[in-house]
Amino acid sequence: MYITRRAEFSASHACYRPDWSEERNREVFGEAANPRGHGHNYAVEVTLEGEPDPVTGMIIDLKEVKTILEREVIAPFDHRFLNHEVPPFETVVPTPENIARDIWRRLAPSFTGGRARLANVRLFETEDLFVDYAE
Amino acid sequence: MTRVTRQYRFSASHRLHAPMLSEEANRATYGKCNNPYGHGHDYVLQVCVGGPIDSETGMVMDPRKLDELVETAVMPHLRMRNLNDLSAFSEKVPTTENLAMLAERMLSESWLPAPFPELVGVRILETKRNIFETPGLRAN
Repeated sequence: MYITRRAEFSASHACYRPDWSEERNREVFGEAANPRGHGHNYAVEVTLEGEPDPVTGMIIDLKEVKTILEREVIAPFDHRFLNHEVPPFETVVPTPENIARDIWRRLAPSFTGGRARLANVRLFETEDLFVDYAE
Repeated sequence: MTRVTRQYRFSASHRLHAPMLSEEANRATYGKCNNPYGHGHDYVLQVCVGGPIDSETGMVMDPRKLDELVETAVMPHLRMRNLNDLSAFSEKVPTTENLAMLAERMLSESWLPAPFPELVGVRILETKRNIFETPGLRAN
Protein backbone atom coordinates (compact mmCIF):
# COMPACT_ATOMS: atom_id res chain seq x y z
CA MET A 1 0.00 0.00 0.00
CA TYR A 2 0.97 3.59 -0.48
CA ILE A 3 0.38 6.66 1.61
CA THR A 4 1.19 10.21 0.65
CA ARG A 5 1.79 13.27 2.77
CA ARG A 6 1.90 16.78 1.29
CA ALA A 7 3.73 19.87 2.50
CA GLU A 8 4.31 23.32 1.08
CA PHE A 9 7.16 25.79 1.08
CA SER A 10 7.84 29.05 -0.69
CA ALA A 11 11.30 29.83 -1.96
CA SER A 12 13.19 31.71 -4.62
CA HIS A 13 15.63 30.31 -7.13
CA ALA A 14 17.47 31.10 -10.32
CA CYS A 15 18.13 28.52 -13.01
CA TYR A 16 21.55 29.82 -13.75
CA ARG A 17 25.04 28.41 -14.01
CA PRO A 18 27.75 30.88 -12.94
CA ASP A 19 30.24 29.03 -15.17
CA TRP A 20 28.16 29.82 -18.27
CA SER A 21 27.80 33.11 -20.16
CA GLU A 22 24.63 35.21 -19.80
CA GLU A 23 23.67 34.23 -23.35
CA ARG A 24 24.03 30.50 -22.77
CA ASN A 25 22.03 30.72 -19.52
CA ARG A 26 19.27 32.65 -21.30
CA GLU A 27 19.20 30.19 -24.16
CA VAL A 28 18.94 27.10 -21.94
CA PHE A 29 16.86 28.36 -19.02
CA GLY A 30 14.92 31.29 -20.56
CA GLU A 31 13.45 33.84 -18.15
CA ALA A 32 14.21 31.54 -15.19
CA ALA A 33 17.90 32.41 -15.69
CA ASN A 34 17.58 35.87 -14.12
CA PRO A 35 20.38 35.61 -11.51
CA ARG A 36 18.44 37.86 -9.10
CA GLY A 37 15.96 34.98 -8.78
CA HIS A 38 12.21 34.52 -8.77
CA GLY A 39 9.96 32.48 -6.52
CA HIS A 40 7.41 29.71 -6.37
CA ASN A 41 4.94 28.23 -3.95
CA TYR A 42 6.37 24.73 -4.08
CA ALA A 43 4.53 21.68 -2.85
CA VAL A 44 6.04 18.30 -2.14
CA GLU A 45 4.11 15.04 -1.98
CA VAL A 46 6.01 12.20 -0.37
CA THR A 47 4.72 8.70 -1.03
CA LEU A 48 5.62 5.79 1.25
CA GLU A 49 5.09 2.14 0.54
CA GLY A 50 4.55 -0.64 3.05
CA GLU A 51 2.18 -3.05 4.75
CA PRO A 52 -0.02 -1.78 7.59
CA ASP A 53 0.97 -2.91 11.07
CA PRO A 54 -1.58 -5.59 12.08
CA VAL A 55 -2.21 -3.94 15.45
CA THR A 56 -2.32 -0.23 14.59
CA GLY A 57 -3.57 -0.60 11.02
CA MET A 58 -0.98 1.99 9.96
CA ILE A 59 2.03 1.80 7.67
CA ILE A 60 3.51 4.71 9.55
CA ASP A 61 2.08 7.40 11.81
CA LEU A 62 1.44 10.35 9.49
CA LYS A 63 2.32 12.73 12.34
CA GLU A 64 5.81 11.26 12.20
CA VAL A 65 5.95 11.86 8.42
CA LYS A 66 4.82 15.44 9.01
CA THR A 67 7.61 15.97 11.57
CA ILE A 68 10.24 14.47 9.25
CA LEU A 69 9.07 16.63 6.33
CA GLU A 70 9.15 19.76 8.47
CA ARG A 71 12.63 18.96 9.78
CA GLU A 72 14.27 17.76 6.54
CA VAL A 73 12.54 19.91 3.91
CA ILE A 74 10.38 22.77 5.18
CA ALA A 75 12.85 24.10 7.78
CA PRO A 76 15.80 24.32 5.36
CA PHE A 77 13.81 25.38 2.24
CA ASP A 78 10.96 27.65 3.32
CA HIS A 79 11.51 31.35 2.58
CA ARG A 80 15.05 30.81 1.34
CA PHE A 81 16.90 31.72 -1.84
CA LEU A 82 17.89 28.17 -2.77
CA ASN A 83 20.99 29.10 -4.81
CA HIS A 84 22.53 31.04 -1.92
CA GLU A 85 21.24 29.44 1.24
CA VAL A 86 20.52 25.77 0.67
CA PRO A 87 23.29 23.28 -0.16
CA PRO A 88 23.95 21.80 -2.70
CA PHE A 89 22.33 24.52 -4.80
CA GLU A 90 25.34 26.84 -4.70
CA THR A 91 26.77 24.46 -7.27
CA VAL A 92 23.76 22.43 -8.48
CA VAL A 93 21.14 24.25 -10.59
CA PRO A 94 17.90 24.25 -8.55
CA THR A 95 15.67 22.98 -11.34
CA PRO A 96 12.58 21.15 -10.09
CA GLU A 97 14.24 17.89 -11.17
CA ASN A 98 17.29 18.57 -8.99
CA ILE A 99 15.16 19.80 -6.08
CA ALA A 100 13.07 16.60 -6.21
CA ARG A 101 16.26 14.50 -6.20
CA ASP A 102 17.70 16.50 -3.29
CA ILE A 103 14.49 16.09 -1.28
CA TRP A 104 14.63 12.32 -1.93
CA ARG A 105 18.18 12.23 -0.58
CA ARG A 106 17.30 14.31 2.48
CA LEU A 107 14.35 12.05 3.30
CA ALA A 108 15.71 8.59 2.48
CA PRO A 109 17.74 8.12 5.73
CA SER A 110 14.57 8.72 7.81
CA PHE A 111 12.77 5.85 6.12
CA THR A 112 15.23 3.00 6.34
CA GLY A 113 14.57 -0.09 8.40
CA GLY A 114 10.95 0.71 9.30
CA ARG A 115 7.68 -0.51 7.80
CA ALA A 116 7.52 2.43 5.41
CA ARG A 117 9.79 2.64 2.38
CA LEU A 118 10.22 5.87 0.45
CA ALA A 119 8.50 5.23 -2.90
CA ASN A 120 8.20 8.58 -4.66
CA VAL A 121 8.85 12.29 -4.27
CA ARG A 122 6.57 14.52 -6.31
CA LEU A 123 7.61 18.16 -6.40
CA PHE A 124 5.23 20.79 -7.75
CA GLU A 125 7.05 23.89 -8.91
CA THR A 126 3.73 25.39 -9.92
CA GLU A 127 0.27 23.92 -10.34
CA ASP A 128 1.20 23.30 -13.97
CA LEU A 129 4.58 21.59 -13.60
CA PHE A 130 5.56 18.71 -11.36
CA VAL A 131 8.39 16.19 -11.19
CA ASP A 132 8.27 12.59 -9.92
CA TYR A 133 11.57 11.27 -8.60
CA ALA A 134 12.44 7.85 -7.19
CA GLU A 135 15.67 5.91 -6.73
CA MET B 1 13.89 7.58 -14.75
CA THR B 2 12.61 10.93 -13.59
CA ARG B 3 9.20 12.03 -14.78
CA VAL B 4 8.17 15.58 -15.54
CA THR B 5 4.49 16.41 -15.95
CA ARG B 6 3.28 19.62 -17.49
CA GLN B 7 -0.31 20.79 -17.40
CA TYR B 8 -2.29 22.59 -20.12
CA ARG B 9 -5.88 23.80 -20.28
CA PHE B 10 -8.42 23.95 -23.06
CA SER B 11 -12.15 24.45 -23.32
CA ALA B 12 -14.20 22.37 -25.73
CA SER B 13 -17.68 21.02 -26.21
CA HIS B 14 -18.90 17.52 -26.97
CA ARG B 15 -21.97 15.35 -27.14
CA LEU B 16 -21.85 11.69 -26.19
CA HIS B 17 -23.91 9.84 -28.75
CA ALA B 18 -23.13 6.43 -30.28
CA PRO B 19 -24.51 6.27 -33.84
CA MET B 20 -24.98 2.49 -33.66
CA LEU B 21 -27.36 2.81 -30.70
CA SER B 22 -31.00 3.93 -30.80
CA GLU B 23 -32.03 7.36 -29.50
CA GLU B 24 -33.46 5.66 -26.46
CA ALA B 25 -30.37 3.57 -25.79
CA ASN B 26 -28.20 6.68 -26.17
CA ARG B 27 -30.29 8.55 -23.60
CA ALA B 28 -30.12 5.57 -21.26
CA THR B 29 -26.36 5.18 -21.71
CA TYR B 30 -25.15 8.78 -21.64
CA GLY B 31 -27.93 10.58 -19.72
CA LYS B 32 -27.49 14.35 -19.77
CA CYS B 33 -24.24 14.00 -21.76
CA ASN B 34 -26.48 12.98 -24.67
CA ASN B 35 -28.14 16.42 -24.87
CA PRO B 36 -28.45 16.98 -28.67
CA TYR B 37 -26.97 20.48 -28.42
CA GLY B 38 -23.87 19.23 -26.59
CA HIS B 39 -22.17 20.71 -23.54
CA GLY B 40 -18.65 21.75 -22.65
CA HIS B 41 -15.81 21.45 -20.17
CA ASP B 42 -12.65 23.24 -19.14
CA TYR B 43 -10.40 20.28 -19.74
CA VAL B 44 -6.97 19.91 -18.20
CA LEU B 45 -4.37 17.97 -20.17
CA GLN B 46 -1.30 16.66 -18.33
CA VAL B 47 1.58 15.39 -20.43
CA CYS B 48 4.14 13.21 -18.66
CA VAL B 49 7.65 12.68 -20.05
CA GLY B 50 10.40 10.53 -18.58
CA GLY B 51 14.15 10.36 -18.85
CA PRO B 52 17.42 10.97 -17.05
CA ILE B 53 18.25 14.34 -15.50
CA ASP B 54 20.85 16.01 -17.70
CA SER B 55 23.93 16.57 -15.55
CA GLU B 56 24.72 19.96 -17.13
CA THR B 57 21.30 21.60 -17.19
CA GLY B 58 19.66 19.73 -14.30
CA MET B 59 16.62 19.19 -16.53
CA VAL B 60 14.94 16.15 -18.07
CA MET B 61 13.82 18.40 -20.92
CA ASP B 62 13.36 22.01 -21.82
CA PRO B 63 9.68 22.60 -20.90
CA ARG B 64 9.45 25.27 -23.62
CA LYS B 65 9.96 22.56 -26.25
CA LEU B 66 7.09 20.51 -24.85
CA ASP B 67 4.91 23.64 -24.72
CA GLU B 68 5.62 24.28 -28.38
CA LEU B 69 4.86 20.69 -29.30
CA VAL B 70 1.55 20.70 -27.42
CA GLU B 71 0.63 24.09 -28.88
CA THR B 72 1.27 22.95 -32.45
CA ALA B 73 0.30 19.25 -32.41
CA VAL B 74 -2.64 19.18 -30.02
CA MET B 75 -4.17 22.49 -29.05
CA PRO B 76 -5.22 23.75 -32.49
CA HIS B 77 -7.40 20.62 -32.81
CA LEU B 78 -9.01 20.78 -29.38
CA ARG B 79 -9.06 24.29 -27.95
CA MET B 80 -12.43 26.04 -28.39
CA ARG B 81 -13.68 23.23 -30.61
CA ASN B 82 -16.71 21.04 -30.74
CA LEU B 83 -14.96 17.68 -30.39
CA ASN B 84 -17.68 15.92 -32.41
CA ASP B 85 -16.42 17.90 -35.44
CA LEU B 86 -13.00 16.22 -35.35
CA SER B 87 -12.41 13.55 -37.99
CA ALA B 88 -11.13 11.26 -35.21
CA PHE B 89 -14.64 11.40 -33.75
CA SER B 90 -16.60 10.98 -36.97
CA GLU B 91 -17.26 7.39 -35.95
CA LYS B 92 -16.03 7.31 -32.37
CA VAL B 93 -17.76 8.89 -29.40
CA PRO B 94 -15.76 11.81 -27.93
CA THR B 95 -15.68 10.37 -24.44
CA THR B 96 -12.67 11.47 -22.45
CA GLU B 97 -11.29 7.91 -22.62
CA ASN B 98 -11.16 8.31 -26.41
CA LEU B 99 -9.95 11.90 -26.11
CA ALA B 100 -7.01 10.88 -23.90
CA MET B 101 -5.98 8.23 -26.41
CA LEU B 102 -6.31 10.75 -29.25
CA ALA B 103 -4.20 13.33 -27.44
CA GLU B 104 -1.52 10.73 -26.78
CA ARG B 105 -1.54 9.70 -30.44
CA MET B 106 -1.31 13.33 -31.63
CA LEU B 107 1.69 13.84 -29.38
CA SER B 108 3.49 10.63 -30.32
CA GLU B 109 3.06 11.35 -34.04
CA SER B 110 4.85 14.71 -33.64
CA TRP B 111 7.24 13.66 -30.86
CA LEU B 112 10.77 15.04 -30.96
CA PRO B 113 13.75 12.73 -31.55
CA ALA B 114 16.19 11.77 -28.77
CA PRO B 115 17.74 13.25 -26.67
CA PHE B 116 14.20 14.57 -26.05
CA PRO B 117 12.80 12.27 -23.35
CA GLU B 118 10.13 9.67 -24.00
CA LEU B 119 6.38 10.24 -23.74
CA VAL B 120 5.15 8.33 -20.67
CA GLY B 121 1.44 9.07 -21.02
CA VAL B 122 -1.31 11.64 -20.69
CA ARG B 123 -3.93 12.40 -18.09
CA ILE B 124 -7.07 14.40 -18.84
CA LEU B 125 -9.25 15.96 -16.17
CA GLU B 126 -12.66 16.43 -17.75
CA THR B 127 -13.73 18.09 -14.54
CA LYS B 128 -12.02 18.11 -11.16
CA ARG B 129 -13.89 14.89 -10.41
CA ASN B 130 -13.47 12.91 -13.63
CA ILE B 131 -9.90 11.92 -14.44
CA PHE B 132 -8.70 9.72 -17.32
CA GLU B 133 -5.19 8.29 -17.80
CA THR B 134 -3.48 6.36 -20.55
CA PRO B 135 -1.84 3.10 -19.40
CA GLY B 136 1.78 4.34 -19.60
CA LEU B 137 1.29 6.45 -16.48
CA ARG B 138 0.68 3.37 -14.37
CA ALA B 139 3.43 1.19 -15.86
CA ASN B 140 6.78 1.01 -14.11
